[in-house]
Amino acid sequence: MTLIDHLPVLLVAGPIVASLLTLVAGWHDRRLCYPITLAAVLGEFAAAIVIFRQVMDGGTVRYYVGGWAPPMGIELVIDTFGGFILATIMLLALMTALYAFRSVKKEVPAEKTVSFYVIFQILLAGLIGMTITGDVFNLYVFLEISSIAAYTLISATRKPHSYVASYNYLVLGSIAAGFILLGIGNLYVATGTLNMAELAVMLPASYDLATVHAAFLFLIIGFSIKAAFFPLHLWLPDAYTESPSAVTVLIATVMAKVSVYALFRFLFSVFTMAYITESYPVTGVVLLIATIAIVAGAILAIAQDDLKRLLAYSSVSQIGYIMFAIGVANRIALEGGLLHILGHAVMKGCLFMVAGLIIYRTGTAQLSELGGIAREMPLTCAAFALAGASMIGIPPTIGFMSKYYLVLGAFEAGLWPYAAVLLVGSLLAAAYIWRFIEIAYFGGHHDEHHRTGGREGPASMLAPTIGLSLLCLLLGIFVAAPLETIGLAVAQLLGGT
Amino acid sequence: MIEAFSELFFARYNYWMAIILMLIGLYALIAKQNLVKKIIGLNIFQTAIFLFYISVASVEGGTAPIYLPDGASAVYVNPLPHVLILTAIVVGVSITAVALSLVVRIYEEYGVIDEDELKEAVRG
Repeated sequence: MTLIDHLPVLLVAGPIVASLLTLVAGWHDRRLCYPITLAAVLGEFAAAIVIFRQVMDGGTVRYYVGGWAPPMGIELVIDTFGGFILATIMLLALMTALYAFRSVKKEVPAEKTVSFYVIFQILLAGLIGMTITGDVFNLYVFLEISSIAAYTLISATRKPHSYVASYNYLVLGSIAAGFILLGIGNLYVATGTLNMAELAVMLPASYDLATVHAAFLFLIIGFSIKAAFFPLHLWLPDAYTESPSAVTVLIATVMAKVSVYALFRFLFSVFTMAYITESYPVTGVVLLIATIAIVAGAILAIAQDDLKRLLAYSSVSQIGYIMFAIGVANRIALEGGLLHILGHAVMKGCLFMVAGLIIYRTGTAQLSELGGIAREMPLTCAAFALAGASMIGIPPTIGFMSKYYLVLGAFEAGLWPYAAVLLVGSLLAAAYIWRFIEIAYFGGHHDEHHRTGGREGPASMLAPTIGLSLLCLLLGIFVAAPLETIGLAVAQLLGGT
Repeated sequence: MIEAFSELFFARYNYWMAIILMLIGLYALIAKQNLVKKIIGLNIFQTAIFLFYISVASVEGGTAPIYLPDGASAVYVNPLPHVLILTAIVVGVSITAVALSLVVRIYEEYGVIDEDELKEAVRG
């Protein structure tokens, strides 16, 4: 066994060790924290890419923790879907780590930066663990690790409002985690195993048991709360608005996507396509709620006056698009859904980074006070315009490609009215994106006394923002590369492996 | 009718207790105005889940998994749910700690721990 063979477990252990290292170094000198964090995230990103290549070349990677084979031990599994998500979240985590340095310096009190970076890495450890674990109870533990880290990070600015946002998220998140724990318990009662692959084999025999139905409902509701699926999104707007900018970027992209990933994992790898369409048909209900989520989230976004809150409600709408793929549940729609997981992470990351840059410079995200901001921060606002175009779904951006596949999938399933709702959602997205664009480019002449800086943000924050906005465009043009991976991943999900 | 009900209830009263406790906990979480009482509700909710797991593990006449006076043929309860719940208890304690520290902070900032008053304080 060489080091490469142990990469899966190092991916989880790495951030935990690095966080302890950060803590010790932080006692010595506070300035050491950031370099250690950045180096650790860079290393994890490299490891994620290596594993992703391994999965693409040689198929699913399986690792038995401590050498104990399942059902005794915990298994780490990285298949194409897991590898794809792992690469996506580590890319976003790296961008956030780059972005965090100046942003955290400004928003988080200096004496709290050590604990900020420590918890930042524990959050990453939890999210990576959720992505690569092959054991349902292990997934619950990692879910709680990441959740507790997130509750703490949200209140890291020490603004009074952020405590309330964090408290509300904690209450709802704990209910969700309780439901997930109950669901896992019911699965264990029905089958006597906690390994995902074994569950998939043993569950079909008991598809008609009430225990399994109960487990399924507990799990789907629990993960819907974690993923902020309408109408269970009530914690999201406050949590996204009140957290420090870097944390908003991280939880809006990485954490939201991992919750959705876990839901996909349970729906397609533990339960199977046959269960959710035939034994216990939920796809119709999911589809209906997803369309409501798309429209309601977008309308709520239009009504907001705070840029971060606007983007938060936009997330509620976009989660609807991903759930739409589960509702349609055919091959093309699922490819669109997975592509939207990648696309939405990239573009929403970029948009929240822009919001963070604006707050960094002007101290406010109130739209009414940002008139003519594009004249002072042209690059930042250009990045917003590009990522915003992707959010609306203007070709040739990634947002267009994912929505195109979703619409195609809906057509193939004969769901014409639902496809129309997708287009309405895009129209509404245009309305809320345009609100900022109009104010930034054509608004306000009363600017002088509001703003002091009147320049672009620091380069270390601007570079990842522009990088992500260009990625929106590049991924859309060269969409064949991610689609190839996604095609394989969907085939594995539907094949019930 | 009553006989059937009591049979249904008493045959599996431990599960019923778990369900009742869970609902009490959820009720407190949703309906109580006091932020600390909400945390107590959360704890009751989590304890109900622990009870459910422990009930699942029990075997009639079973002994502790490490105490086997009859040798390997002894009947013992399933140890796995116990181990799982040990982890879940630790998680529950951490969540309670974070939640209470947030309540302390909220009280320091706003001077209230009542949800309605807090809403007004946040708006004002």
